[in-house]
Amino acid sequence: MPSMTMIQALNSAMDVMLERDPNVLVFGEDVGYFGGVFRCTAGLQKKHGINRVFDTPIAEGGIVGAAVGMGAYGLRPVVEIQFADYIYPAMDQLTSEAARLRYRSGGEFSAPITVRSPCGGGIYGGQTHSQSPEALFAHVCGLKTVMPSNPYDAKGLLIAAIEDDDPVVFFEPKRLYNGPFDGHHDRPVKPWSGHPLGEVPEGYYRIPLGQAAVLRPGSAVTVLCYGTMVHVALAAVEESGIDAEVIDLRTLVPLDLETIETSVRKTGRCVVVHEATRTGGFGAELSAQVQEACFDYLEAPIERLTGWDTPYPLAHEWHYFPGPARVGAALKRALEY
Amino acid sequence: MTSSAAAGQGATTEGELRPLRFHVPEPKCRPGSAPDLSSIELPTQVLPRPAIDTPRERLHEYAYGLIRVLGDDHRASGDWAPSLDADRLRQGLRSMLLTRLFDQRMLRAQRTGKTSFYMQCTGEEAIAVAQAMALEPNDMCFPSYRQQGLLVARGWSLVDMMCQVYNNSADRMKGRQLPVMYSAKEAGFFSISGNLGTQAIQAVGWAMASAYKGDTRLAATWVGDGTTAEADFHYALTFAAVYRVPVLLNVVNNQWAISSFQGIAGGEATTFAARAIGYGLPGLRVDGNDFLAVYAATRWAIARARAGHGATVLELYTYRAAAHSSSDDPSGYRPDGEAACWPLGDPIERLKQHLIALGEWSEERHAALTDELTEVVKVAGKEAESHGTLGRQTPDPRTMFDDVFKELPEHLLRQREQLGS
Repeated sequence: MPSMTMIQALNSAMDVMLERDPNVLVFGEDVGYFGGVFRCTAGLQKKHGINRVFDTPIAEGGIVGAAVGMGAYGLRPVVEIQFADYIYPAMDQLTSEAARLRYRSGGEFSAPITVRSPCGGGIYGGQTHSQSPEALFAHVCGLKTVMPSNPYDAKGLLIAAIEDDDPVVFFEPKRLYNGPFDGHHDRPVKPWSGHPLGEVPEGYYRIPLGQAAVLRPGSAVTVLCYGTMVHVALAAVEESGIDAEVIDLRTLVPLDLETIETSVRKTGRCVVVHEATRTGGFGAELSAQVQEACFDYLEAPIERLTGWDTPYPLAHEWHYFPGPARVGAALKRALEY
Repeated sequence: MTSSAAAGQGATTEGELRPLRFHVPEPKCRPGSAPDLSSIELPTQVLPRPAIDTPRERLHEYAYGLIRVLGDDHRASGDWAPSLDADRLRQGLRSMLLTRLFDQRMLRAQRTGKTSFYMQCTGEEAIAVAQAMALEPNDMCFPSYRQQGLLVARGWSLVDMMCQVYNNSADRMKGRQLPVMYSAKEAGFFSISGNLGTQAIQAVGWAMASAYKGDTRLAATWVGDGTTAEADFHYALTFAAVYRVPVLLNVVNNQWAISSFQGIAGGEATTFAARAIGYGLPGLRVDGNDFLAVYAATRWAIARARAGHGATVLELYTYRAAAHSSSDDPSGYRPDGEAACWPLGDPIERLKQHLIALGEWSEERHAALTDELTEVVKVAGKEAESHGTLGRQTPDPRTMFDDVFKELPEHLLRQREQLGS
């Protein structure tokens, strides 16, 4: 099986879907000829033609609005918003339009669109190239929200997102594009080659939306995480020697509550980790759901370990980023309660 | 009801209808081919300078023309030629050259790991510098990330700019912002957001506030050709037209928005200056590499705004000679050597040759000025570096919680405690 980076895996997913389905179109800022600023669409225009893979004006609301119209016609547009930090001009098209089109038309129209966007920090991006706004989208009923943590999942989930009949917001942690970054920013970068989840089939396969993955079974505490934090959590577990069960949610909406519930009932403890800001973050939703479903089983308060409630500061990004030391401390707090 | 509506007769019988198409613009040249900018049509005639109270409906042709002052003979001609004495011209030349040398040093600093990121304005220096000289020192600028020349022309501290680029302990933005996203209220330079176009409409609001207060300060804003596609730009034009706002709306058409040529922003069908017409604003297209033309057109727009005739859209026609940023490599999307083919030349070279033609400058004096300014930048660089570079001597991490709100709320106090010292 070929080894792929997450960039190559995402590229392969779009390539496979462009090949299989003439209704799939790929567009966004710099995605056509150049192949995207992160190279996720490299070569796709040359292979599939300029009418299927093309550059757009710099207008995120325009990109998503056009995709909604195409989706309503019956196409399956896959659009890229260059950075998640630039997605807000498209907020109205996503929340008021894409998310509600099916509902308000009584099922007559729908918007089967996929909105890809790189998210997360750790690249010296400052407040405009580092954000993790997934909770804003998870809050909108009618949108599905996905965030993969590795090349294998990225491809399978992106194919599932493209084939999904509802709008999907697909966040790609850019710090994971080239390797399983575990938060140790002062150590050499690890590549995906050699990592089992960097082994990616060339052809078509899907990972259903709404299925979490237990990446490390354990009995002492459950760690709920997604995106970059999956690798940070795995590192923290290994370094602390705590027998934690690490669950990669993969999809925030729909949420795989069954896998979460099974785990927390077994461990009796739960730590939720995300890079995004804390207040109103997706961790709050997870914490509430775990409390509702597992109250009788909990032996400690649910710990939330998140980014601070500040914009992402460039010079202090490693103080901001919830690295393995902070995650390890949260695991200990949960265990020693 | 549904079926009868669907059965309605169209105006055309079905056999006559042809499959529809859409069009994706493409530039003439891509990497691997020789640069060819011969399709750029430069108007041979420059339209005369109109009176500042000319009704906007009589100005439409200015959106399709090109205001130029400096000819191929390096002489100034036509009634747009501003009355700038040799000292002012040399001041403009100095600021442009200083901007370019500053850019060169900071790009080298990025390449050697002293900063994470940098953006040059190579080839576009005349725009910010001439416009800063045309504006009053306290007129408020809402720039994009390629108008560092405004700060340089206004005599702002290079050390202060460098400390921001280095995100060091003397960075007044406390290490928070991406390099080059300056803020200098004292210099009439609004905090750069980094998100595209958002600040165009804010400039309009600022100018409305100035007018509301009976103040005399104008606002000016700059967006690139690519950014004209953002809705915020259209908010700016609409509000500026509706309220006849004393604001300058500049579009720096430098031909490239990262890898997308200006056709992707709509430049294939019309000019960016012509955007103004639909909103009921005057739009002027100006040779952005002609220091005198930029100055003259800006003075015209300022005079018009000050006389109560409202906003003007200026399209400053230029070429982004350098990469979009230190993260970008243009060899992946445009032919090598395209900048050298730009038919409107280099702004510094053109003003230099003009001064030489006037007998007010020489190659020797230019070389001496280059040496002097190189030293100025070097000295500033050393001082800035003494306050730290990327990751060395950063501001206190605990300051990251400041300024989220005016007062630190309870939950951020708690989080600051958790961060530790």
